Amino acid sequence: MAHLSKFSFLSLLRHGAGKTWSRQWRDAQPKAAYDVIIIGAGGHGLATAYYLAAEHGVRNVAVLDKGWLGGGNTGRNTTIIRSNYLRPESAALYEHALKLWEGLSQTLNYNVMYSPRGVLKLAHTHHEVQVEKRHVYANRLQGIDNQWLTPAEAAAFCPVLDVSDRARYPVLGAALQRRGGVARHDAVAWAYARAASAYGVDIIQNCAVTGVVRDVSGAVTGVETTRGPIGAARIGVAAAGHTSVVMAMADVRMPLESFPLQALVSEPVKPVLPCVVMSNNVHAYVSQSDKGELVIGGGTDVYTSYSQAGGLYVSCETLAATLEMFPTFRRLRMLRNWGGIVDTTPDRSPIVGTTPVPGLYVNCGWGTGGFKATPGSGHVFAATIARGEPHPLAAPFSLDRFATGRLIDEAAAAAVAH
Amino acid sequence: MLLIPCPWCGPRPENEFRYGGQAHRAGPEDPATVDDAAWGGYLYTRDNPKGRHAERWRHLHGCGRFFNCIRDTVTDRIAGTYKPGEAPPL
Repeated sequence: MAHLSKFSFLSLLRHGAGKTWSRQWRDAQPKAAYDVIIIGAGGHGLATAYYLAAEHGVRNVAVLDKGWLGGGNTGRNTTIIRSNYLRPESAALYEHALKLWEGLSQTLNYNVMYSPRGVLKLAHTHHEVQVEKRHVYANRLQGIDNQWLTPAEAAAFCPVLDVSDRARYPVLGAALQRRGGVARHDAVAWAYARAASAYGVDIIQNCAVTGVVRDVSGAVTGVETTRGPIGAARIGVAAAGHTSVVMAMADVRMPLESFPLQALVSEPVKPVLPCVVMSNNVHAYVSQSDKGELVIGGGTDVYTSYSQAGGLYVSCETLAATLEMFPTFRRLRMLRNWGGIVDTTPDRSPIVGTTPVPGLYVNCGWGTGGFKATPGSGHVFAATIARGEPHPLAAPFSLDRFATGRLIDEAAAAAVAH
Repeated sequence: MLLIPCPWCGPRPENEFRYGGQAHRAGPEDPATVDDAAWGGYLYTRDNPKGRHAERWRHLHGCGRFFNCIRDTVTDRIAGTYKPGEAPPL
């Protein structure tokens, strides 16, 4: 990588001795044209640009964002990482991402604080026990770690969990993916931005795309933006909740609906929760950040919206659900509450690949669970754009599956936590 | 929380209602004649506009009836609700 001062023990010592830190990436001005334009400077878009440059030698790339880098869902999610999906296509894609997570800090020379502390998914009903065990067995066939814990084993792994039969929702068992965990969401965006910028990728913030320009054959030739026209023969859309809006500029109707998804954090407390705990039945998931805050999420709001807010009663229901699982948290105060706009597909699986418009590629539909996929999503999307055909892991997630009927039904995985 | 004016019961809080998705959808006149793309579009594609949206709601924990609603998806402000068969407000 060019123009990149490496982080190391020595560089920390030097900076600690008074040398000022330098900018981690260039705040670029738009050029007239690029080989590839990525729309959306979130984790997925920045990762795509990085892998285009690092693995495919495509370095004349711009990443455009209407706001600031990592200011959308990348900075608003609850940072949960796991790969224990039911369908082989999904498991392969998310496991691809998880394997990249494991070496990501080394690869990018930036500490993304990936912490494989385990993701514990509770079962409260006989039916949930059957469903979770089915997940465990399916994952074992796929070579993905996932194990079934009895209530006593779950309590040994997560002592704060109430597994007594007095609980409002008794814990009948839990599926545990030990390699699952959390990472620092902002650091992921910063790490990819820094590494991509060092390869010469232009990251252009406060540059909203207002139109997609096409030639007489229908192929894309560039975009109109609030900072003028920018040319490119290949455009990758990674705009999350705004994908429908961007794709409409190229006359493509997407099978997406955008919903607010809220999250909130408590005041910081000493370490109390050693892993991620999810419960689809009570409708909440919770982990503890390295700063000590409890990071809490639940289901989406019920109606489509771009408001990045959502109803307070939805967060209140999430808190009520969290307290059903952990009555000991009842006196914690909440510090912040926010919403992001998630793009959901009918089968709750992403769309990654080509579109009916030549030169236009799309990566969307990650819905409520895109953060965990960030490295894998960027990796396969970069390959798809570089080669002009879907990466083998992305191929099942084509846009045309909604015409062929080859859906990848992960609705059970996405009912709440994803 | 939205305050939703049910055309029969008047303004009620959002959690009395169930969201019903895009309004005024009509299936293909002759399903046997449409191709896979059109049928897939009918099954899976919905309007997802940033702005004015016509949508259905049902007053589940009230009168139980369906109605239509015009809402701005950026501000979540409701321009009006109307009964099935009526024309949307301007």
